[in-house]
Amino acid sequence: MTSRIVQVRQNILKKNDLLAGELRARFERAGVYVVSLVSSPGSGKTTLLEHTLAALAPTARVAALVGDLATDRDADRLKKAGVPVRQITTGTVCHLDASMVDDALRDWRLEELDFLFVENVGNLVCPASYDLGEHMRVVLLSVTEGEDKPLKYPTIFNTADMALITKIDLADAVGFERSEVVRNLEELRPGLHVLDVSARSGVGMPSWIARLCAARHSIASERVRT
Amino acid sequence: MHELSIALELADVASAEAERTAATRVIAVHVKVGPLSGVVKDALLFSFDAVIEGTSLAGARLLIEETQVRTWCPRCRREQALLDVSRRRCPVCESPTPRLISGDELQLVGLEIGTA
Repeated sequence: MTSRIVQVRQNILKKNDLLAGELRARFERAGVYVVSLVSSPGSGKTTLLEHTLAALAPTARVAALVGDLATDRDADRLKKAGVPVRQITTGTVCHLDASMVDDALRDWRLEELDFLFVENVGNLVCPASYDLGEHMRVVLLSVTEGEDKPLKYPTIFNTADMALITKIDLADAVGFERSEVVRNLEELRPGLHVLDVSARSGVGMPSWIARLCAARHSIASERVRT
Repeated sequence: MHELSIALELADVASAEAERTAATRVIAVHVKVGPLSGVVKDALLFSFDAVIEGTSLAGARLLIEETQVRTWCPRCRREQALLDVSRRRCPVCESPTPRLISGDELQLVGLEIGTA
């Protein structure tokens, strides 16, 4: 038997990347702006989303997908905003991938939405590898988690388009050093936009909502131009 | 630990590619893994061996080339390899280097195949 080398050069996650590309094109055609949220468990993704959906709902058509290993608890919480919400339970899988998002959207009319939020499974490692077709990936970091989190989990912070420092109302109580986190983020991802929020006290929420609306608007005007 | 999912995808892509050739067996699978891919080398090696058992890839070795993180330094006007992935600064002039050139790859590069 002889042997030889065959060149391939293909992304290992080609299937996911292709599907994410198709989803992104679908989102574009439907005119829906898609934001995914990633963080460690307990950083406040669901609470942020509850308040975000409630803030946007009076003026925009919003919906959410929420990923967890088990239970519909998060979806039940989010449904209180009176908007379409669907839970994705992944079983033992530690991240969402494009096919799970695709399946969850099967009977939704995307053109009837302005914003779609996708809350990933709480995990700072695995979600980094999977493109979900989102326009913006937001990484959350709560003040109770430690200032060096960005340095410990460089991968997820590298794939994010924006960072939110959550539970900022607790900053003093836990001795949170904001400047240290900002310095660490700047070392890791120079120029990454960082916003402080507290969903509970409302601090920073108007800026976050304004940021979402501006981002959606910029995509929409690009679409008009091209 | 998502290396098992990655290994399954890799096995799928690799066996599909092998089928397009005259391979009688796959001796080795060559991949490139960047430090920012989020994949741990040892976990991938372990998972790969587990998923190829009893498949057309059985017995194939996984050879992982670990790449460097490279960014563009706007001041030196050239690509630089970073020494520390959590510090996105040019190793020569210390300028911040926001633009990533490579280092997040997760790529099947090629197959070493046996032919009759």
